[in-house]
Amino acid sequence: MNFEEYSGVWVFIEEQEGSVAQVSLELLGAGRRLADKRGVALGGVLIGDNVKSLAKTVFEHGADVVYVYDQEIFTHYRTESFMKALLHCSETHKPEIILFGATSNGKDLASAVATDLPTGLTADTTELDVEEDTGLLLASRPAFGGNIMATILCKKYRPQMATVRPKVMQALTPEPGRTGRLVEESIDLREQDIRTQVLEIVKSTTKKVRIDEADIIVAGGKGLGSAEGFNLIHQLANTVGGAVGASRDVVEAGWIEHHHQVGQTGVTVTPKIYIAVGISGAIQHLVGMKNSGMIIAINKDPNAAIFEACHYGIVGDAFEILPLLIKEFGKALSMEEVDHVREV
Amino acid sequence: MLHIVACIKQVPDTKIIKMNPKTNTMDRASAPAILNPYDAHAVEEAVRLKKRYGGTVSVLTMGPPPAVKAIKKCIEIGADEGYMISDRKFAGADTLATSYALTKALDKISKIQPVDLVLCGKMTIDGDTGQVGPGIARRLDIPPLTSVKKVEEVNKNDGFVIVHRKIEDGYEVIRSSLPCLMSVEKEINEVPYSPFPNMLRAARYEPHIWSVDDLEDVDVKQLGLKGSPTIVAKVWAPPKPEAGKMLEGTPNEKVEELLSIVLEKKELFQAKGVSQ
Ligand SMILES: Cc1cc2nc3c(=O)[nH]c(=O)nc-3n(C[C@H](O)[C@H](O)[C@H](O)COP(=O)(O)OP(=O)(O)OC[C@H]3O[C@@H](n4cnc5c(N)ncnc54)[C@H](O)[C@@H]3O)c2cc1C
Ligand SMILES: Nc1ncnc2c1ncn2[C@@H]1O[C@H](COP(=O)(O)O)[C@@H](O)[C@H]1O
Repeated sequence: MNFEEYSGVWVFIEEQEGSVAQVSLELLGAGRRLADKRGVALGGVLIGDNVKSLAKTVFEHGADVVYVYDQEIFTHYRTESFMKALLHCSETHKPEIILFGATSNGKDLASAVATDLPTGLTADTTELDVEEDTGLLLASRPAFGGNIMATILCKKYRPQMATVRPKVMQALTPEPGRTGRLVEESIDLREQDIRTQVLEIVKSTTKKVRIDEADIIVAGGKGLGSAEGFNLIHQLANTVGGAVGASRDVVEAGWIEHHHQVGQTGVTVTPKIYIAVGISGAIQHLVGMKNSGMIIAINKDPNAAIFEACHYGIVGDAFEILPLLIKEFGKALSMEEVDHVREV
Repeated sequence: MLHIVACIKQVPDTKIIKMNPKTNTMDRASAPAILNPYDAHAVEEAVRLKKRYGGTVSVLTMGPPPAVKAIKKCIEIGADEGYMISDRKFAGADTLATSYALTKALDKISKIQPVDLVLCGKMTIDGDTGQVGPGIARRLDIPPLTSVKKVEEVNKNDGFVIVHRKIEDGYEVIRSSLPCLMSVEKEINEVPYSPFPNMLRAARYEPHIWSVDDLEDVDVKQLGLKGSPTIVAKVWAPPKPEAGKMLEGTPNEKVEELLSIVLEKKELFQAKGVSQ
């Protein structure tokens, strides 16, 4: 394998509801940094039906080149069709690094492509760096249930591949009018060559709070005792206009649905304020919220691990502190509102 | 009659594993080895499909000799046969080398009885990648179906399956040709307590154990550490966040102080009252 032939950092661009997925913008930010350090181009790979117009966004977020496969057969994400396009692109243009969001589809695609190439694939990366001279990708990730961090290398194969957790990397501020080279590609692929069909897409009807987008999260743990006790979390969240988060044990107890779970096997969140009540602070929970702007912990056990991870801690009984907080926040915030009205 | 093979792994229980703070290594002895929790759901789903359509459930694992225990656990859940590949040459495998070895074992199992469906867990709690399932599917050249949360239909006569695949905000209904591979989500089923007769059977059950030499057409360069493109270069303890300030006083005083700290971030509260 001649490494000289491989150049450039690529990001697989995921489309979501007709726009570029947030995670892809974050990866363009991370990719830009790697590409600059190496002095190579940053590429985005766009696969879909009617997706060419998204190239603009990709350029504005840092890409120098966008490779587009715009064909009807790519209307829905399917492993086999997308994999063939990406393999074609990689074999034609030979990147040294390809990054994917660690989403359902990103992980699915990356695993298939890595097997066919073949090359190494690092999963769920949370830190990325590159060796300037060799181009070796340093992909670090939590391992063994978050108990350790490990840096994974792929020395003997190109391209090097990694899936990267959403909400960890920083997207660049878009630069309006920034543009680059658009490379239009296509592959010869017929419907009968693909062994799966998407029959239907069912969007969940209950409107979900996207807790990963909330500025304030009030999260509750097993310490709330019961589903009724957990209601206090909902009340406080309502009072402050925040979203509700939960530990895994709470989800497993059935007090709240899984999409509220914060942590390694839940959602990674970075709100401005994270209030953790009755949560012990297991490492698997911490990895999902440790980058929050301000972490406030309330727990009756002064030795709870959560206190090692918070900015402000209150040792106390949730059933005493929460009603006080709800009352005081309620008062303070409605006063703020009055102030606000007066100013106008 | 379906032949379903579930791929399963024995893992250390990472929830209670202790770390050696000096060496940053795991004290494996501190954590009991368990059946990977996600794989229990794969086996349970296989057993349910067998009840619905008739057939055989086999489980396959690659691991050291004590992993027999994980196979026995699967027999308790209701699997019929257990296969284990165990050899020093497999050691140190990353996901690429693991999927290669498991595919060779699946080839051999197919010769005993052709395989219709391969099931995997969503991920292992030690490797934590979810990459092995799709890797096996690519090597067998069958469609990989990941994030499966419901199996609506398996139709062997007409050679297709219909499944629900979890996506970011909902699910998609997918029809795929059979044979195929599915990685299943935890929510696909609940694993009940094992029936007593299964426990008895498990206690006596002896799995089929194969070494590299028992498998056919194996390129040993693709096995184990040698066959793994990825290497672990460095391992460290995740940095502990700095402990913050503890608020003191009576509950009322603590709440008051907290309020004054938080309310400095006023701008965040403009969305107040936005309902959930
Ligand atoms: C592979 C793997 C993945 C995992 N993924 C996740 C994940 O994504 N997210 C996650 O959260 N966990 C995850 N876990 C589980 C994690 O290890 C912990 O078990 C879990 O986070 C504990 O939840 P908890 O803090 O609510 O419960 P507990 O650990 O039971 O803690 C309850 C806390 O409440 C306090 N308390 C009790 N009563 C009161 C009271 N009246 N007032 C105030 N405080 C009180 C107690 O002091 C205690 O600290 C994972 C585990 C594994 C092995
Ligand atoms: N050593 C192994 N033996 C059998 N199956 C495995 C092994 N490793 C992984 N698997 C299967 O692949 C899935 C994903 O594993 P991983 O890619 O390690 O997260 C697991 O849930 C298992 O179904």
